[in-house]
Amino acid sequence: MASNEEILAGLAEIVNEETGLDEADVQLDKSFTEDLDIDSISMMTIVVNAEEKFDVKIPDEEVKNLKTVGDAVSFIVSAQG
Amino acid sequence: MSAVLNQLTPNAHSRILGTGSYRPDVVVTNEDVCQWIDSSDEWIQQRTGIVTRHRADENTSLLDMCENAGRSAISDAGLEPDQIGAVIVATVTFPHATPSAAAAVADRLGLTPAPAYDISAACAGYCYAVAQADALVRAGLAQNVLVIGAEKLSDYIDNHERTISFLLGDGAGAVVVGASDTPGISPSVWGSDGGKWSAIGMTHSQLELRDVVLDAEQATAGDSVMASSEAKLWPTLRQDGQTVFRWAVWEMAKMARKALEDAGIQASDLAAFLPHQANMRIIDEMVKQLKLPESVLVARDIAENGNTSSASIPMAMDRLRREHPEVSGGLALQIGFGAGLVFGAQVVLLP
Repeated sequence: MASNEEILAGLAEIVNEETGLDEADVQLDKSFTEDLDIDSISMMTIVVNAEEKFDVKIPDEEVKNLKTVGDAVSFIVSAQG
Repeated sequence: MSAVLNQLTPNAHSRILGTGSYRPDVVVTNEDVCQWIDSSDEWIQQRTGIVTRHRADENTSLLDMCENAGRSAISDAGLEPDQIGAVIVATVTFPHATPSAAAAVADRLGLTPAPAYDISAACAGYCYAVAQADALVRAGLAQNVLVIGAEKLSDYIDNHERTISFLLGDGAGAVVVGASDTPGISPSVWGSDGGKWSAIGMTHSQLELRDVVLDAEQATAGDSVMASSEAKLWPTLRQDGQTVFRWAVWEMAKMARKALEDAGIQASDLAAFLPHQANMRIIDEMVKQLKLPESVLVARDIAENGNTSSASIPMAMDRLRREHPEVSGGLALQIGFGAGLVFGAQVVLLP
């Protein structure tokens, strides 16, 4: 099971791969759409890659609740628990 | 002793013998789309890869498009009308529940009395129809089958909504599947996931429209209920884009790999990849997931033509053959997926 820091670092890597954004810009308080300018299609790619990396299920209806990077980290932590 | 029934003599193999397509004349640009929805050319291209769509004018019917594509495919196959043993039209936009588009098309092309019927499998319709044509030919039920994928989606969209309408175009593509001495169509990988029935579909059923029409007919003269609410009453297409994207890329990549496996070939054996032209981002992501080598030509007809549902793969195949004649005799992986949800895939030998 990964720690919050490890999950954040893993997500940052996935976001960087999909969008080219600097991993350091991927912070807990950042909004995926507003701050990181990630569109709905890229978001799905990030979600599927996160599922694979952290071995969790993130249902479609949950994706719209993941507004910030912090929301995603919290969801993955609880899903792993 | 009881009588012994005759049964058909099967054909050993089947393959695609010819292709044809029809692209309607009206070009709808992203600038045109931006008159209807708050968007930009850059946004649409970045999200979808679509630059233009072709749509049919009001004088061009679904049957007109079927007839054009079908005639080209029969001629390309080098066949005469009386050699066509069945006609299958895959469509979701023929405006008559019955009779079928296929019966009318068979008549127009001089194919009577060939069996003719429509199938409803949306963007997988063409691959479903090829699965059936392959089975009919190998069973010996028909020597040659005309398969048409055709849509006039512009009749079933609301230009002011932004989930799907701006993606869609009109058109028709056709192939002739016939008996062959060598294998030309791999085992079909096809299926459905009706649990996602509402992910893509119409806003409402025709029965809801009927109630309003009947009310209007009973209303006194001068009642304008139909005129004022017509646009909202007419059923139009919607989709849940995120759900569909996820399914289309990751689930369909699995099915595409299974089609290769069932065909007994590797991705590197392919000359071309002909995925349903749904969205350039889906195509790009699938290419990545399938790890297709650079040598495989990837159909990207969507840029000029938009998403034409059941017509997209045969239209893309016809274009590929014209632009890259060297693919003749090569293998193509075709995969259709869409409303249902349903999917179908085969590896085919290109004529």
